[in-house]
Amino acid sequence: MLVEGLALGGLGLVAALGLGVAAKVFYVERDPLVEAIEGALPGANCGGCGFAGCSSAALAIASGKAAPNICVGGGPEVGAAVAAILGVEAGFREPQVATPGCTYGVDKADLKYNYDGVRDCRAAVLLAGGPKVCDIGCIGLGSCAAACPFGAIHIGPDNLPHVDPLLCTGCGTCERVCPKDIIVLSNTTARILGFNSLKDCLAPCQSTCPAQIDIPAYIKAIGQGRFAEAVSIIKEHNPLPLVCGRVCPHPCESACRRGLEGDPVNINHLKRFAADYEMGTGQHIQPFCLPKNGRKVAIVGGGPAGLTAAYYLARLGYSPTIFEAMPKMGGMTRYGIPEYRLPKAILDWEIQGILDLGVEARCNQAMGKDFTLESLRQEGFEAIFLGVGAWGSRNLGVDGEELSGVLPGTAMLIDRGLDKETPVGEKVVIIGGGNTAIDCARTCWRLGAKEVTVLYRRSRSEMPANDIEVEEAEREGVKFHFLAAPTRLVGKDGKLTGLEFLKMELGEPDASGRRRPVPVKGSETILEVDNVIAAIGQFPDLAFLDGDQAGQQVERTKWSTIKADEEVTCTNIPGVFAGGDDVLGAATVVQAIGMGRKAARAIHLYLAGQDPSISPDWVKNPKQVTSLKKIENAPAPGQRVKMPELHVPERAMNFSEVELGLTEEMARQESQRCLQCGLICYRRQGQPDTIACASCAK
Amino acid sequence: MSFGDYMLFIVGAVLVNNILLAQFLGNCPFLGVSKRMDTATGMSMAVVFVITLAGACTWLVQYYILIPFNIEYLQTIFFILVIASLVQLVEIIMQKTVPGLYRALGIYLPLITTNCAVLGVAIINIQKEFDFVQMLVFSFASAVGYGLALCLFAGIRERFALARIPKVFEGTALGLVTAGFMSLAFSGFAGLVGH
Repeated sequence: MLVEGLALGGLGLVAALGLGVAAKVFYVERDPLVEAIEGALPGANCGGCGFAGCSSAALAIASGKAAPNICVGGGPEVGAAVAAILGVEAGFREPQVATPGCTYGVDKADLKYNYDGVRDCRAAVLLAGGPKVCDIGCIGLGSCAAACPFGAIHIGPDNLPHVDPLLCTGCGTCERVCPKDIIVLSNTTARILGFNSLKDCLAPCQSTCPAQIDIPAYIKAIGQGRFAEAVSIIKEHNPLPLVCGRVCPHPCESACRRGLEGDPVNINHLKRFAADYEMGTGQHIQPFCLPKNGRKVAIVGGGPAGLTAAYYLARLGYSPTIFEAMPKMGGMTRYGIPEYRLPKAILDWEIQGILDLGVEARCNQAMGKDFTLESLRQEGFEAIFLGVGAWGSRNLGVDGEELSGVLPGTAMLIDRGLDKETPVGEKVVIIGGGNTAIDCARTCWRLGAKEVTVLYRRSRSEMPANDIEVEEAEREGVKFHFLAAPTRLVGKDGKLTGLEFLKMELGEPDASGRRRPVPVKGSETILEVDNVIAAIGQFPDLAFLDGDQAGQQVERTKWSTIKADEEVTCTNIPGVFAGGDDVLGAATVVQAIGMGRKAARAIHLYLAGQDPSISPDWVKNPKQVTSLKKIENAPAPGQRVKMPELHVPERAMNFSEVELGLTEEMARQESQRCLQCGLICYRRQGQPDTIACASCAK
Repeated sequence: MSFGDYMLFIVGAVLVNNILLAQFLGNCPFLGVSKRMDTATGMSMAVVFVITLAGACTWLVQYYILIPFNIEYLQTIFFILVIASLVQLVEIIMQKTVPGLYRALGIYLPLITTNCAVLGVAIINIQKEFDFVQMLVFSFASAVGYGLALCLFAGIRERFALARIPKVFEGTALGLVTAGFMSLAFSGFAGLVGH
């Protein structure tokens, strides 16, 4: 017994001694700082910070390899706690959120079809030959939902992942798990700086829209009654939905794949419906803005381009100041678009929403008079955006233009915007075929002109004005005189009495693809008129730039526009950017909005010291994006919903808004017509709007 | 023993008398850490390391303490004491001297302390009356056999993610069924080496 006891005890003693000595000799010092930091971290080991678990992250923070606020799981409180341990201030970290980027559900996805029974996305994709970027759609097996350490993702009844933004910490686990790159992290900066890429799955409408709005997404949101979300989706790319929903010439609808079979979806009026919903609630739906970084950007011109640039710069944390020469903000949307198309009260409300983000507006400040490029720089503005629009009216270039009764096209609309009296005679002739001409004609009719005629030198099909505007003008009794060009204005005692014009016929197509009008000899005719309004085109009036040394150096083109890259928006002077009509020549609101966001991107990159040049994948021209020529097996086109309007007699002598807006029922019904297209896919017959890909149907 | 004898000896230890699938030792980690291949390989490495070391130490304890003092009947207690202390000691030393390997083996090193496969190999070493070199070869080969079975099993279990599995069989149930089949398959090696 003694031997056993001694042997066992001895061995135990030896082992204990050995361990004790080893523990002493091989003691690994644990840094108390690391332990304190690790204690402050949530311990979820989500890996969102990029380190393998919280211990590694703590080590990295303590050794200065990572910022105290890298923890995505714990949010800003944890960052603050860690910073307090380190004795530094926690910087702001932009929150990220997981965004499922595909709308093609599992219903008919080929992987589901062929490999039914697979329980995991990775497995499904492994069986189909390795990871792939979404070309069919979400497989809907829910690996992301299972992987999310914070329970923020669930697979909805449409078999697509839905993210709860309140629970999502942006750890990126779902992004790493998704084998098809469908669910990705995104944040405000990335979304503002992101433009259509050839790699994206773009619907034809989205690739055509100059502002690049995610049209299928907001139509889907409207269809499901998520109106506030629809507004947010639109405002990701277009901060002026109330304006655009009313005046946009909607090139998207011409590209709409629904239009290949039946009428296109009434996209623009759906946008207006969402925007009207926002205004109806009386509360601006404001986006997330980064904290102010205190850097000042000057924006010259309070039109759509300037407002858009200001909106996105404010969201990126800059402090933009808009300098507006006119008494009120809005630019041509206020002083060029008549009240009956865009009521000023609505415009004011929309602009207020942008100013509420921390945008300063200084009205009655004209460049060249009240300030110059140089004075802006001295005031501490680090970048300057020129969005001054195209306010100069082209002259007719015929005799008699100096007669009283002859007005430049925009003058009357501007005066209306300034609430000035704008008397017109009984017989008015408007020369031109653009929207300004129609606006003038319909305005004159409302002001009481008995006979309003629009004179256009080409035919109806060549008219650049929106079709709906021309139709409405006709219904209001405006006459159209096509293929006619003015040659002379006749007057008596300095007052206009008549207009002589020549008949034209269409010849060969010119550079713009429109057939060139050729005068018919000896066809001169004289019309009796009281007023002639020349709305034959506008150009940017850039005389103000010559006020100072710096301004004179801004390079211009022979068309009197500022020379700036249409995509990058940089001018020849570093730190000076330009966009909108002053670069494009008289164009559309939505083009100005698109350029405004491009300018915000360029200014942000410039101020961050990065190269603003664009990637080769950038979609410059919607025609670069492949699309389909025909659709098969799509649901029946249905009837395009028609915008309710004021009856013609109700419109006379007043400027009430003509288009009354869609009702909720109409909007929901119209949104069901959307095919929810992707690049090559669209909703097929017999499917709910939880979309699958047409190419999978075969 | 000639070289050929050693080869047969090794094949016998790895395949025929596989410690897991023929002798059914160490089944707990076999089911516990076999869900993913990377944990399975980590565990295998740790097992190879510890079994070889423990085999040597227990052999020395057997022949230089237990037999001289005539207390062989205390073998189990002694071996457990030796193995447990040894694993702790190795862990302490490795953490300081080879932190890379320490991190690679991670949690599996302390887990092995209570692994019956380690004790089993130590006891078999004594029962079969191996000399020191035979003991080393046998310990190492047995551990390799353990690792082989574990990795094969992990590979199969990873494929379960792709398979259509009835609800009642999901998880451990199918794991045990599969382990049974593997054991049957390994019994097919029995005729390979005459033992």
